[in-house]
Parts: sequence; C-alpha cells; structure tokens
Amino acid sequence: MAKQVPDTRNVGKDAMTPEGTVNRAALAAIFNPEDLNALEMALQMKDRIEGAQVYVLTMGPQRAADVIREAMWRGADGGYLLSGKEFAGSDTLATSYALSCALRKIEPDIIVAGRQAIDGDTAQVGPQVAQKLDLPQVTYAEELVDINDTEITIKRRLERGSEVVVSPLPAVITVNASAKECRPRNAKRVMKYKYALATSEIALATEERKAFIEERPYLHIIEFAAADVNPDPEQLGLSGSPTKVKKIENVVFQAKEAKALTADDKDIESLMQELIASHTLG
Amino acid sequence: MANFFLDNKDLQYHLSHPLMQRIIELKERNFADASLYDYAPQNVEDALDSYRRVLEIVGEVSGEVIAANAESVDHEGPRVVNDHVEYASGTVRNIEALIEAGLSGMTLPRRFDGLNMPVTCFAMANEMVSRGDTGFENIWGLQDCAETINEFATEEIKAKYLPRVSAGETCAMDLTEPDAGSDLGAVMLKATWDEEAGVWRLNGCKRFITNGDGDISLVLARTEEGTKDARGLSMLIYDKRDGGVKVRRIENKLGIKGSPTCELVFNNAPAVLVGDRKMGLIKYVMSLMNAARLGIAAQSTGLCEAAYREALKYAAEREQFGKSIDKFVAVSEMLKNMEAKTLASRAMLYETARFVDIYKQLAHIQQERGLTAEERQEMKFYNRLADGFTPLAKMFSSEFANEVAYDSIQVHGGSGYMKDYACERLFRDARILNIYEGTTQLQVVAAINHVTKGTYLEQIARYEELVCNDATRALGEKLVALRELFVKAIERVEALDKECAGYKDLHSRRLVEIAGYIILSHILLRQANEVEEYVAPAKRFVKYASKKVMEAYTAILESEVSDVELYKA
Repeated sequence: MAKQVPDTRNVGKDAMTPEGTVNRAALAAIFNPEDLNALEMALQMKDRIEGAQVYVLTMGPQRAADVIREAMWRGADGGYLLSGKEFAGSDTLATSYALSCALRKIEPDIIVAGRQAIDGDTAQVGPQVAQKLDLPQVTYAEELVDINDTEITIKRRLERGSEVVVSPLPAVITVNASAKECRPRNAKRVMKYKYALATSEIALATEERKAFIEERPYLHIIEFAAADVNPDPEQLGLSGSPTKVKKIENVVFQAKEAKALTADDKDIESLMQELIASHTLG
Repeated sequence: MANFFLDNKDLQYHLSHPLMQRIIELKERNFADASLYDYAPQNVEDALDSYRRVLEIVGEVSGEVIAANAESVDHEGPRVVNDHVEYASGTVRNIEALIEAGLSGMTLPRRFDGLNMPVTCFAMANEMVSRGDTGFENIWGLQDCAETINEFATEEIKAKYLPRVSAGETCAMDLTEPDAGSDLGAVMLKATWDEEAGVWRLNGCKRFITNGDGDISLVLARTEEGTKDARGLSMLIYDKRDGGVKVRRIENKLGIKGSPTCELVFNNAPAVLVGDRKMGLIKYVMSLMNAARLGIAAQSTGLCEAAYREALKYAAEREQFGKSIDKFVAVSEMLKNMEAKTLASRAMLYETARFVDIYKQLAHIQQERGLTAEERQEMKFYNRLADGFTPLAKMFSSEFANEVAYDSIQVHGGSGYMKDYACERLFRDARILNIYEGTTQLQVVAAINHVTKGTYLEQIARYEELVCNDATRALGEKLVALRELFVKAIERVEALDKECAGYKDLHSRRLVEIAGYIILSHILLRQANEVEEYVAPAKRFVKYASKKVMEAYTAILESEVSDVELYKA
C-alpha cells in the first residue's frame, strides 16, 4: 500500500492557504517516503521468494497512478488504483475501510505499507487495515530477517533498541523510515513501463497509445471504482469519516536571539526555572 | 533531492541537438529491436524520451548516492587485501546503486543486455557521475572497454563478456608499464601461446593501472617474441575469474583517491586474443584511447560543474564588508569566467561526442552490410572531425577543470585551503585530468596535424556560415578576425620551420590553442544564436578566448628561429 502525498518536507512560504489548509497546488506530489521503504522491503521479499510478485495499491485521484508507475520503475510488477468521488474526504477509518475492501478482492499473501504518511502523520491506516482483515500486524518494521511460505521474521525498531518477531502469514507489515532506502529506478524498467496507464488514463489517451497498451497488458494499471470493491457506501468518504476538524491554527515559529549559558549551576538553575515558567517543561 | 540532470539546463540542452535525430536513426537501424525487446524505442521521439529518463536516473544516483559518498571515499580509499583490491565502503555502495539502476553496458547492443544508448548519452552520464565523485567516474567509466570488445572481438568472446559488463562487472585497460608510459610501443609484458591449454599465458608486470583488479581486463602484451616495437603487441582479455594476477600495491596519490591505481603482477595468467595479432597498439589501443580521451573530457566537464557550483554557493553565502562576496566584481568576474569555461568545455565535449557517434555507428553498420557511397562519405567526414576534435576536447576540458578548481579555492579564500570544503578535493582530483590518457603535450601532438592539414580551418569555415542575429553578430565578426590571425600564425610557423626545423614543434601548442579557442567560441556562438541565455556567457568566453589567442599569436610573432636553439635541452 502506498500513498501520493504533498511534499511537506520542502515547504515554501506559499505552502499554506490563508485559511490554514495545505495548499496542494504549491507542493509537489510525491511518493510517501516511508512507503518507499515499504516498497524496498516488499521487493526484498520478491528477491527471496521465487515467483513472488509485488503489486502496489493506492487510493487517490487519477494522478495517484504516478505512484504506481514509480513503483513499477523500481521493481514492482504492477498496481491497483482505487479511485472515485465516493472516496473523497476519507479520514483514516474510511481510508482503511476502502483499502480493506480492495484487498479482499486482490487477496495478497502479505501486505506491506509505510508506517505513516507525511501529510497526516497518523500511522493508523496500516493497523486499521490489519484489524479489518483480521490479520496479524508487525509495526515499526526495520529489516526483513527471513521469509518463507508460512512465516515472516522481522526486526522492529523500538524506542530504545530493537526486537525480532516472527509472524504467521498472511500479515500486515508497516515499515519505518529507518529501514533500507528504496532502490533507484531501473533503466530498463523505466523504458519498459514508461507508458503504463490506469484505466481512466487510457480512456483519455490517443488511439495509437490505446492500441499500444492493448498489445502489452503489462502496461495496464488496474483501476477499481467504488462499485468494483463491494463496499458499504455509508462507510466510504465523508459519511464514513467520524473525524471532524474543529479548528486550524497557523503556528508561526519566531526565531529569537540565541542565549549563551555557562555550565555554572546558577545559570542552569535559571534556565530550568525559565523553561518551567514557559511550560516547556513540567 | 539532488538530481544532476534535472538541475542542469545546459546538459539537457545538448540532448536536444538536431544531430541527435541522425544518431538515433543509425543507432536503432529502423527500430528493428522494438519487436524483440520490451524496452526498445518505437521511433526517434520515443528514443529521445528514453534517453532523457535514463539520464534522469543517472542524475539522481549521482546526486543522491555518489556525491554523498565522495568525501568518505576520499578519506577511506581502497586497500590491498590478499593480493586483491578492496574498495572503500562508499565505492561499494556506489557500484551497488548503479547496478540496481541498471546503468551498466549503456552503449552496448540489446542482444548483450545493453541499453544501446549513443556515446553522447554515455558521456552525459560520465559527466554527472564525475560531478558526484571524479575518482569514482574512472571505475564506472571503464565500462567503455566493452565498446572495444564489441568493435573488434569475435561473436564468441562478445557473447561471453559483454553481458557480464551489462550486469555491472567492472573493467580495466592494462597498458602502462614501468618503462612504457607515453611510449606504449615499449611494452614488454609477455604473452606466450600455451598449446596444451589452448590459451595465451601472460607474464610480467603493469603499473599505474586504474581499477587494475577489475573483473574484465584488456591487456596490451607482446605476443611476438624477439620484437621490440609496436608491431609486436597484441590486445588480450584477462578474466579475473581465471586467476593469475596479483595486485602488488595501490599507489598513494594526490587525488582521485577512491580510484585504485594498481601495480599488477601477471604469473602465467590465461588470456584470450582480441582481433588480430600485432594490431594491439596500432589499431585497438588507438580506438580505446580515443574513447578514453572523450571519457576524460566528460570527467573534466563534470569536475568543472562541481567546482563552479561550490564556488557560486559559497560566494552567495559568505558576507564581508556588509554584503555577500559575489557582489564584488573581483569575485563575480572569476565566477563568470568559471561558468563560461564550464559551458565551453561541455559544448566541445558533446560536439565531439556527436561526431564520434555518427562515424562509429556507420562503422558498425559496415560490419553488417555494405555502406552506400553517401554513407561512406558521411563516415569519412565525421571520422576526420572526431579525430581532430577528440584531442582538443580532452586538452581544453582538462586544462579548464584545473583552472576552475583553482579559482574555486580562490573564491573560498582561506576556508578553501582547509579540508572543510569540497573545493580542496576537487582541486586535487583535477590535477590528474590533463596528465592521464595522454598529457596535454601529447594531445597537442595528436592535434597539430589537423592544424596544418586543414581539419580545423575547414570546420571553422563551416561554423562561419552561421547567420548571426543582432545579439550575436559582433561576436561572429570577432571570430572571423581571430581566424585571420590563426591563418597568419600558421603561415609564419610553416615558413620559419622551413628555415629552421623544430620551429613548428616549438609553437605547436600555441597553434593548437588558437584553433581550440576559436572552435570553442564558435560552438558557444551557435548556442547563443539559438538560445538567448547563452548570449552573455558566449560574450564572456569570446573575450577570454580573444585574450588567449592574442597572447599565443603575439608569442609566435615575436619568436625568431633562434628561439629553437634557446629552448633546446
């Protein structure tokens, strides 16, 4: 599972609208970084298990197919785009519901996702998908230790150290940013898959391109509309999203002059009191 | 996210040159591969799009991986462990990334798992890799050896070795020996035929071998017992998997420290012959060297780009007397000249690469079918230009790389002399560029015939046919005036050489420099005529070139035949 997100790491001064919402037009749409770590781990599984295939599932507007193409250039075999106006306004609950409906249809042996997306930072979608599909989950995955047809062994990153866990398969794995970086695009794969299009994109393509893709089924990115994944319409999009935004506040960081302190007890004491008074501590 | 292709508009400009169309037509042979390989292009536009996308990958790996590892590689360097080279850890990561990205065998045909890209694109890739880490470019750029195998070896040898290069195995060219540097005809490494095993056996030693422990090595060796000159030398392939070569030591160098420069001992090492016996130096090394020289031009251009950008960044950030130092004309003039040299170096590199592409592809086609009279004419035309331009490209870009790296430190002031900034590494790395693969002095030897036999003057005449616009007309006129000086200088040198043999030798570098400065200026002028952004840099370069031409011209004018005696050993 992967998500296309606004690039919140390179924020310019027009990144927020005057209303305090994210100005998506001003931010480049990118592959969510931890989903790239997840893709790498999935590709490592493919490297170790003969005949394994990696497919990317993403929910989003038509342009989210970019994420699937990017994954194909780096090693994925193909992908599924879950798209439609019914999904608009989804919070994490509605998102995980929609994804779990699609996954029931796809029936993968293992589901790998990034820990969280850089736009929402909730880290809820992966675990919620596991819960909805009634699958075991391994979070904070940092390294694929071993995998066979029935079990997966994963090293997890913890706050102070790491642990190695074994989970039966199928399972949901969410991958940490500390895991191995994703391999680069591969030259031959880019040339092979550069014209891959999702169903709704094919509809807009020239006749020549349509015929070209028809001859090469590997260039067709499967697209699911809401009706294709048999959902309960009430649980989709806005109506399926209990999260309500109460208020958005624009926080402006104000740089103040640096303050020099000595290692003197008196200086440290006064700093402590200052921090407690400003509620930074305590 | 640094991407050395996307952040470089000048590099992208060169990919859109009109000659690319002809190059693609020749390289793709009616796009026959499209029905055989799922990654082959359908037409010219498709091919160009693929080139752009692949170069974007090179740009990302160079910017994100190779550049990030450059400093640690410079400090750590390679080591000899159990008679073999162990690369610095950053070098290992660079190689891994390039293999994952599938960027080996870039120019090789698809039937050998290659990407079938033109030399021009390979040079672009080399340039970007070098901008990331100049020393690492050697290890990666040596995949060029595969081109020589592809050109001259039998089908059987090609089928054995070329797919391995495409899979990321590294190469080396083992030419130099302790007593055979610039004078390769003196090579003594002995090759004897082992009738029983049906292989050649190599015995002796090689020195200064870049990436000497590479997987596949092209070795220049003496197959003809009793001979002492170039006519007794042949080209052989040594396969590291067979064993028989030990790395005695790795040189401790001033720069390009990540690139292992090896001393090798061959002890009955098995090898197979490439092409015909006795043609090793005369034919194959010459081809190898021409490709390698273009490689150094790309490496140098990448270093220029890196050194210029380091200086530009520092000058914009460093404040003195209440403003950033790039606001002082003493600094900005340096920066503008660094930029002009970088653009000129690149312009010359890709002009040459395009000439090489056309004639090399026609030569390959000639092996498959007879060429038409027109095609033969075309091949001859571009072959001559490539031979004339390659030494100029190598000479100018490597000298410019040194100048730009020198000025980069100067812009940094005292900080640039410290190990804290990349400019000091670039300065050390640059120093080898005008030495290896033929010193600047040897490039002059290769180029001087093209001065006197007219290759340069004929091409300058073609450049002068350009119809200038209002912004470039004055520059065009200036270059005509410089060409007239060039003709006068040649006439004087040839006349006085008749009076006193040795006069031409004394001034050959000056003549080649005049030719080079005029040619580089013309290529930039053509760019300025097309794209407005090039007008100012072209003006600056022509001013600089004019100054250099005048200096050389004056030196010749003031030089009497007695100078030949004055400078004799």
